[in-house]
Amino acid sequence: MATVVEIVVAALIVIGAFFLLVGSLGLAKLPDLMRRLHAPTKATTLGIGATLVASMIAFTAATGSLSVHELLIAVFLFLTAPVTAHMIAKAHMLRHPALQQQLPSPPGTGWATLAPAPVDPEAPRTGEMPPAP
Amino acid sequence: MRRLVPHPVLSVVIAVVWLALVNSAAPGHVLLAAVLGLAIPHYSNRYWPDQVVIRRPLRIVDYIAVVAWDILVSNVQVAWLVLFRSGPRLRSVLVTVPIDLPHPTAITVLTGTITMTPGTVSADVAADGRAVLVHCLDADDPDAVVHQIKDRYERRLKEIFA
Repeated sequence: MATVVEIVVAALIVIGAFFLLVGSLGLAKLPDLMRRLHAPTKATTLGIGATLVASMIAFTAATGSLSVHELLIAVFLFLTAPVTAHMIAKAHMLRHPALQQQLPSPPGTGWATLAPAPVDPEAPRTGEMPPAP
Repeated sequence: MRRLVPHPVLSVVIAVVWLALVNSAAPGHVLLAAVLGLAIPHYSNRYWPDQVVIRRPLRIVDYIAVVAWDILVSNVQVAWLVLFRSGPRLRSVLVTVPIDLPHPTAITVLTGTITMTPGTVSADVAADGRAVLVHCLDADDPDAVVHQIKDRYERRLKEIFA
């Protein structure tokens, strides 16, 4: 039984390492920033996911009690990776006027990144807490 | 009830995260998780002006299953593109996906899902929240990408969020 567990854990670690390597390779190899964003947001999630599942199986088998720490790491990764990619893309668009010309125009008002800041004097400024209800 | 538990979903999430963090379901930890789940939303109430309303909680399981499968597929696809197709042969485009979701939380979930799934990264949201700017790594047919996002993810999110 222990041998089966070891084979599964080893296979998951190898799969995880492969996808992490491909993700890093994509980051280095893809031609521009927008395309580079694809490699770390996707290839690495499966890489880290497989490594975490391997860790769950290994520690559950070793200690006899279910190990769920790893699910939290996966949840936090899935929450933070898209936000990071979104903010990098927004910063990239703000800094490159040539790219702004290529953007498809949205229905209604413009894209949030390029919209002028609100000038309402009543509006709370960034970093300030809204008044307590 | 509304004053005691202003954000029931947040309370449950905090309690579950605490139990996972200590990696134990002993009675003492369950009690502490319940106290934290009640206290933290109460003291951070002013940061959460709107209440998230989940109309059909069971559909979340369905949604997670669909997204998990798509993440698996997208990883293999992107790995293939990186290894064998990267360079100028990738037909990358920016597309506008019109959206019609009721709540900022639903839009956040949708943009996060777009980033994690096949060949797409959400790059920006329209100022009025009615469209998402999506960057496709390699798209033959941009309309198919828009249709997939609307049919696979937005339709399900509309059912989950009231």
